[in-house]
Amino acid sequence: MFEYSVLKLIWWLFVGVLLLGFAIMDGHDMGVGTLLPFVGRNDDERRVVINTVGPHWDGNQVWFILGGGAIFAAWPLVYATAFSGFYWAMLAVLWSLFFRPVGFDYRSKIESKTWRNTWDWGLFIGGFVPPLIFGVAFGNLLQGVPFYFDNDLRSFYTGSFWALLNPFALLAGLVSTSMITAHGANFLLIRTEGEVYRRSRAMSIFFSSLTIVLFALAGMWVMHGISGYVLTSGDLPDALPNPLDKTVVMQAGAWMHNFHTWPLTWLVPAAGFAGAVLSILFAMGNKPVLAFVSSATSMLGVIGTAGVAMFPFVMPSSSDPRSSMTVWDSVSSQTTLSLMFWATVIFLPLVIFYTSWAYKVMSGKVTLDFIKGHDHSAY
Amino acid sequence: MISTELVDISRLQFAMVALFHFLFVPLTLGMTFLLVIMESTYVVTGKQVYKDMTQFWGKLFGINFALGVTTGITMEFQFGTNWAYYSHYVGDVFGAPLAIEGLMAFFLESTFIGLFFFGWEKLSKIKHLMVTMLVALGSNLSALWILVANGWMNNPVGSDFSFVTMRMEMTDFWDVIFNPQAQAKFVHTVSAGYVTASAFVLGISSWYLLKRRDVEFAKRSFRIAAAFGFASAMSVIVLGDESGYTVGANQETKMAAIEAMWHTEPAPASFNLIAGIDEAKQKNDWAIEIPYVMGLIGTRSTTKVIPGIDEIKSRNYQRILSGEIAVRDLAILRANPHDTSVLTEFNQHKADLGFGLLLKKYTDDVSKATPDMVQKATDDTIPHVFPLFWTFRFMVGVGFGLLMLFVLALYASVRDNFMQKKWLLKWAVLFIPMPWLAVELGWFVAEYGRQPWTIYGVLPTYLSASTLTTTSVYGSILGFFLLYSGLFVVEMYLMVKFARQGPSSLHTGRYHGESGSGGALPAHAPAHRA
Repeated sequence: MFEYSVLKLIWWLFVGVLLLGFAIMDGHDMGVGTLLPFVGRNDDERRVVINTVGPHWDGNQVWFILGGGAIFAAWPLVYATAFSGFYWAMLAVLWSLFFRPVGFDYRSKIESKTWRNTWDWGLFIGGFVPPLIFGVAFGNLLQGVPFYFDNDLRSFYTGSFWALLNPFALLAGLVSTSMITAHGANFLLIRTEGEVYRRSRAMSIFFSSLTIVLFALAGMWVMHGISGYVLTSGDLPDALPNPLDKTVVMQAGAWMHNFHTWPLTWLVPAAGFAGAVLSILFAMGNKPVLAFVSSATSMLGVIGTAGVAMFPFVMPSSSDPRSSMTVWDSVSSQTTLSLMFWATVIFLPLVIFYTSWAYKVMSGKVTLDFIKGHDHSAY
Repeated sequence: MISTELVDISRLQFAMVALFHFLFVPLTLGMTFLLVIMESTYVVTGKQVYKDMTQFWGKLFGINFALGVTTGITMEFQFGTNWAYYSHYVGDVFGAPLAIEGLMAFFLESTFIGLFFFGWEKLSKIKHLMVTMLVALGSNLSALWILVANGWMNNPVGSDFSFVTMRMEMTDFWDVIFNPQAQAKFVHTVSAGYVTASAFVLGISSWYLLKRRDVEFAKRSFRIAAAFGFASAMSVIVLGDESGYTVGANQETKMAAIEAMWHTEPAPASFNLIAGIDEAKQKNDWAIEIPYVMGLIGTRSTTKVIPGIDEIKSRNYQRILSGEIAVRDLAILRANPHDTSVLTEFNQHKADLGFGLLLKKYTDDVSKATPDMVQKATDDTIPHVFPLFWTFRFMVGVGFGLLMLFVLALYASVRDNFMQKKWLLKWAVLFIPMPWLAVELGWFVAEYGRQPWTIYGVLPTYLSASTLTTTSVYGSILGFFLLYSGLFVVEMYLMVKFARQGPSSLHTGRYHGESGSGGALPAHAPAHRA
């Protein structure tokens, strides 16, 4: 059906779409989790906050699961190398995610202040830690990660966990946290009223502004501070994937090449800024839905910027550049990519359709009255 | 050389998190169907008690489900974090069903479960019932896809090794889906889930009946659980037999080990009911045998011979020698892909590549393997017989015990005299944990019985693990242990608390211990004796 090189390209886009889906959907309830202890000052208010995402967090979390599964199926070598290389970072994500299902479901089942407070902070951890670590991971991908493959394509990670927490990576982590938190605040604008709304609005404006500053800072850093990677030979798009069959060099400013070659791609970082600016304006003007769409656009821009900058690299190696993984040489076979293409094209629209229906059914503000009247059925 | 300690503790961690995850899966699989039955009855009859049943059992289901989700995310991480070489080597085939599981099943289950809990006031009766059905469909589809993946590990069909990409690649997706191993495992596993949920509802309802509280509610729950449990237990056993048959065709080794069949017997082989196993001497000191049965289960014929361990080993010895050539040729091809004479030879021996890789445990340079190493690798191809033999029998025993319980419970439901049979109610309460025991034993048999392979005949477990430090893995085992213990305590606390509270936890005012109760349901009166 498709040529192999085209399929490889499509899957680069699909992984991007899934990441964005994760950021928009799971991101908004993670943002809500992060904000929970701050925008809800008493138990009723916190229950309002939790119940805005109560019916949806579980479905949203599947974007995360699917992201992992799709990378396993489409980029198995990336899945293997990244998950094992970032061992402790991945476990930190996983363990913080533990607090979400139980936090949501168990918190309001018992009327004890200590019990509920504990789970509130659990939900905070489950909302705050994963986006932070994903941002840190992206920060490391942009700098290259110390790993190599042996001749059997067994991966060896040669860095330490602490090396992942370098200044640029932490900045990337903050960009991610701040945009996700702003997005979560915008969701709260849609679903709440009164005090919680007022506080969320302030949070939305603050974190969108922070996103603009941090994203600009990270951009400057990428332009002037860190080296990118360049393919110097091999790695033909149509070839059977073999990451050792190429040469790569590290080069200052290499992450800007794609923007210079295709000037239209400047629209991507522009969307990152414009979305955040619009989000601020719409939050100020009390247009929650438009603010939410704007923060989603901003995330599209931010995530897309990293993707465009690195293309065709996915996970460059700083210690053995030829082991770097690209969209051409770290992918599944043509059969599998094609199969997964069709599975995605058929099922993802269906998912979006029934997810929208679920949101429509549950639409409307979650009010204090509702919360007080549903002590035993709502969260 | 890879440290065997690293591989062993990686296995320990996987076994730990997988078995823990599966404490929560079977109840989800079965409970969703029971909820569909209860809610359908509500929609058809309009009787409030069935809605209460759906909501109350749904509450307990929700407590369980939260941990199913929590521990399920771990499973997706495990392959990448701790089994990186496995993930690279078979991700092209194994990853696809996992991703499709997310797309097709998890989204369905997880999106609609929110509406199941929160949609009672927002949806019409029919629409809510549809939502519940979609949750059941989603959870069972997820079982299908993960068992397609697991079935492939046991019987790797529809795929081929590529020396350029150094991995297994999918050649025919339909073969992977319709893998007989996967199909048999799927029905066996979901049926076991239905039994688990039925035993859960039956046992808790029996407890209410013994306490003479919420009697109408409990009786109706008891009947539904008895009927559904009986059908499911029958299906587990019949389809378990089917799964025995497919194990026979694809995995003679597992079957021979489960049966402690050290030597090939003339067909039809007899079945060792119990035996005194001497692993060191590779023989049974004594055995109680049932003639013909093994041959019938394993081959569905009276004439086909089932190979014993000795025969399998001598075959594997030859395959390892052939695999040695494949491994050597592979190294040459990796350096020079255009060497056609080597390629021809490689293709002749490719089917035994996995067997050659077994030698890697003993030497980095497989072509220099000594006969002693080949013998050791051959011995490795047979998993330990003793634990497999006994866990299998224990699982089957529990299965029949459950079937017996459901037969009697169903009979008593039909006769409507189970209130008088205290011994039956007590049996049902005591048997609540038994399905969990059986399913965990079942997974042990399935996975331990596949050793020394992660992918049967293709990839040895020894080569599959990530290159991590043992410190890291010990650390993560400790972390999982602490977190899981904590979560387990919390979950059990809530489960017991709400099970004890019973339907009064819905705060409808109609149930045990609630003021003003009894109004809505006249037949409810006995509950007030307490």
